[in-house]
Amino acid sequence: MAQASGGTVLEVEGITKAFPGVVANDDVSLTLNQGEIHCLLGENGAGKSTLVNMVFGLYRPDQGTIKVRGEEVHFEDSGDAIARGIGMVHQHFQLIPVFTVAENIILGNEVTKGAFLDLDTARRQIDALAERYGLAVDPDATVGELSVGEQQRVELVKALFRDADILILDEPTAVLTPGEVDDFFEVVESLTGQGKSIIFITHKLREVLAVADRITVLRSGRVVGTTTAEGATQQSLANLMVGRDVVFRVEKAEADPGAPVIRVQGLRSQDDRGVEMVTGFDVEVRAGEIFGIAGVEGNGQRELVETICGMRPATGGRVEMLGQETTHWTPRKIHELGVAHVPENRSKHGVVAQYSIADNLVLNRYHHRRFSNLGVRNTAAINVEAEELVEQFDVRTPGVDATIDTLSGGNQQKVIVARELTGDLKALIVAQPTRGLDVGSIEFIHRKIIELRDQGVAVLLVSAELDEILSLSDRIGVLYRGRLAGTVDSAHATREELGLLMATGSSGGQS
Amino acid sequence: MTTVEHAAGATRASERIGLDRRSVTGLVFGLLGIALIAGVAPAINGTSRRFNFEPPPDPAGIGFHPPTWVIAIGVLFLLTAVLGFAPPDARRWAGPARLLSAVALIPLVLVLSLALSDNPSTNIINLFHVSLVLATPYALGSMTGLWCERSGIINIGIEGTMLAGAGIGYMTYATIGDAQSTGWLWFSILISVLAGGLVASLLAVLSIRFGVNQIVAGVVINLFALGLTGFLRSEVIVKTGITTGVGTSEFGLPLLSEIPVIGDQLFRGKPIYWMMYLVVIGTWVVMYRTPWGLRVRSCGENPHAAETLGVNVVRIRYQSVILGGLIAGLAGAWFSMESQTRFEDNMTNAAGFIALAALIFGKWTPWGAFGGALLFGFSRALGSRLQALNVEVSGFEIPSEFLQALPFIVTLVVVAGAVGRSIPPAAAGQPFHRSR
Repeated sequence: MAQASGGTVLEVEGITKAFPGVVANDDVSLTLNQGEIHCLLGENGAGKSTLVNMVFGLYRPDQGTIKVRGEEVHFEDSGDAIARGIGMVHQHFQLIPVFTVAENIILGNEVTKGAFLDLDTARRQIDALAERYGLAVDPDATVGELSVGEQQRVELVKALFRDADILILDEPTAVLTPGEVDDFFEVVESLTGQGKSIIFITHKLREVLAVADRITVLRSGRVVGTTTAEGATQQSLANLMVGRDVVFRVEKAEADPGAPVIRVQGLRSQDDRGVEMVTGFDVEVRAGEIFGIAGVEGNGQRELVETICGMRPATGGRVEMLGQETTHWTPRKIHELGVAHVPENRSKHGVVAQYSIADNLVLNRYHHRRFSNLGVRNTAAINVEAEELVEQFDVRTPGVDATIDTLSGGNQQKVIVARELTGDLKALIVAQPTRGLDVGSIEFIHRKIIELRDQGVAVLLVSAELDEILSLSDRIGVLYRGRLAGTVDSAHATREELGLLMATGSSGGQS
Repeated sequence: MTTVEHAAGATRASERIGLDRRSVTGLVFGLLGIALIAGVAPAINGTSRRFNFEPPPDPAGIGFHPPTWVIAIGVLFLLTAVLGFAPPDARRWAGPARLLSAVALIPLVLVLSLALSDNPSTNIINLFHVSLVLATPYALGSMTGLWCERSGIINIGIEGTMLAGAGIGYMTYATIGDAQSTGWLWFSILISVLAGGLVASLLAVLSIRFGVNQIVAGVVINLFALGLTGFLRSEVIVKTGITTGVGTSEFGLPLLSEIPVIGDQLFRGKPIYWMMYLVVIGTWVVMYRTPWGLRVRSCGENPHAAETLGVNVVRIRYQSVILGGLIAGLAGAWFSMESQTRFEDNMTNAAGFIALAALIFGKWTPWGAFGGALLFGFSRALGSRLQALNVEVSGFEIPSEFLQALPFIVTLVVVAGAVGRSIPPAAAGQPFHRSR
């Protein structure tokens, strides 16, 4: 494929794109040079995905031009973009699980012998590509059986198979484990080393500084700055992204714990297949403290939280809240006691996707006198409440009538948090509160949790992010195979000690 | 704490012997086996019977002793039952044994009905051939369903599409060919095929262009075809005064039909019957061996992924649904110009729905669906055969309606017990909207 060496391969000039109610991109310009990694940085909903979807031909811009190697292009569909040497790896993989790797890769660009598919030749071409770029894939494996990291390699090979030399990677590291992220960065380096140019979308600042040549920051659909990696720090980028000074380390005063609020003794429960996942768990959380539960995922976190909140039956042990035994209570009865729950699975347990934002905001209170009269909803009161919460919790939305699935993940989480943190709270149970969120939303939610603690609420925090556990918790417990492997005071906790507990269930030398 | 652990242990134990499919079918086969060995075998007529391989006079065949066969099949059932509850390492034999037992239900029905009949013999080669012929509309219909659903459109309007093909084709034949000339017969078959395509394009427009619920669109097609063909029959076909005519004629395949004994019975047939095989083979080749087939399958699994690779999902779906319609139109022609040469209201008689069942039975694969169609064709052939045999139980003649239904009940058991879960294309039934 012919290409201008070292020059500009892609120019986006003055692109504007509006969706009903939102201007997703407002006069955005961007250039990509050959062989560079250009990071596109921004919070959820800043317009990064919209921009690259236009470059890839999936959306059409309302205004502005796109030039590929100096030539203006108007893409009708992604086939046109592919023909110009543009490839994209989507945040949600665009793979067909029941197809083999080879079938997924050739789909749309089939290798044929006469009228028929030529899978043998395809296999050889895939193997050659895999070898050249260090992307090990097995052409005959069924995609649905591959790990997430492997599926991502298939996506990359798919783009390379189409001779893409401009690669768009949309949040490629969001789904990877830390080890896979390191491998992935090596692959990216090898790609640029062979002349490919990459647009890399992310909101993880550490990654940006590690791989980027140049960085463009988007906020609310506008470019707010373009810089090089040398000239940037995590702080400067975060400030640009959010539009104000961001505090990384959560500021909090010394805890002032009061009486025990949540008391769990010998709790046991099973997962959906009937395997015991919580195997005798004990904890006591006092008013005005945050108890963080760390642990590798799959050690019973989900079952523990669901059992405490009444969503999953306990098969043994007991749960007490505010001095009353709540072990076999319904979730609503527990909630009415003043116990809020921010669930781990946002879309399944946190919101009703087809309901409006207003209705989602009163999901736990719609039956209260304030919002319903003799079983009839008081829409006016609900909307007033919703407007107030949207304002107070900084939910970015065109209006409270919009269905919640039109919001980005971060804004949906803010809705959940707004709903749960409103009312007369005594205890708060939060699971993975900031998973997949951007810097601004994380900071916001962390501050809210600390605020509640300072008001005397007992907080049980479950998170897979060790940094989150360390910065928020007053005391830290490690969940290992369904029970508490150890408790440490967060003032003395080290990452190493916690890591060892998480991996082996003991702080001793057994490994 | 101990009581709790005890309770948890009890739950797991109940799950181990719980009512999953394996143990239910095991139990059913066990009871059947005992009933056959202890109850049926001693009770039935012990005189010898024959399976013939060719028509009389003096046919070749094999004689058999019905109680022996009943006992043999009973033992097979018992073995299957035992294997169903066997320790895990022996269980890998349980699946094949279950399938074998399910298939053995077919000879069991044959042996029993022959034993209970006053007829000492029946031609089983002919029975097999009739099964294949009767499977024609089911096989064609299931290929229609296959093309539609693999591209992501659920088509329950197969029945109506076939009926429209049958009615419009025969109307053409009766009005311009007086149902007599071979030339017009082939022209009319072509009209049937095109009518099927036209009706399917209605489904395509409704479900692809307008995003109408595909089940609703299919029901509309069925009702529409029923009304339209009823109208055409009473207003056009009846008024021509033609009630029957010359349909397609049988021919034998060269060489194969020369095989002694079975050749002339198995390798003779009419043209649409032979075309059915071509359609099944063609469907398999095109769907799995060509770029277009790969794209069709991708649209039924993940249309958005296909779109990002530049596949025109909307166009592929139109093409697939209309291709399916053409096939259903051919099945319609089988009813009104090959199986019989006339048209009756609702003459397809739920063949389109049976074809859908065959498709699901075959797990949305061409050969699986063909196998399902064969099974249903066999069920129908067996139903008529049983009627002809005058089966009696202790002097009481079994009603023919029951005998016709019996094979379908057996089929149901086969499907439920041996085939297991069938997973449809992931995106079937979901409207697709282009990004913009």
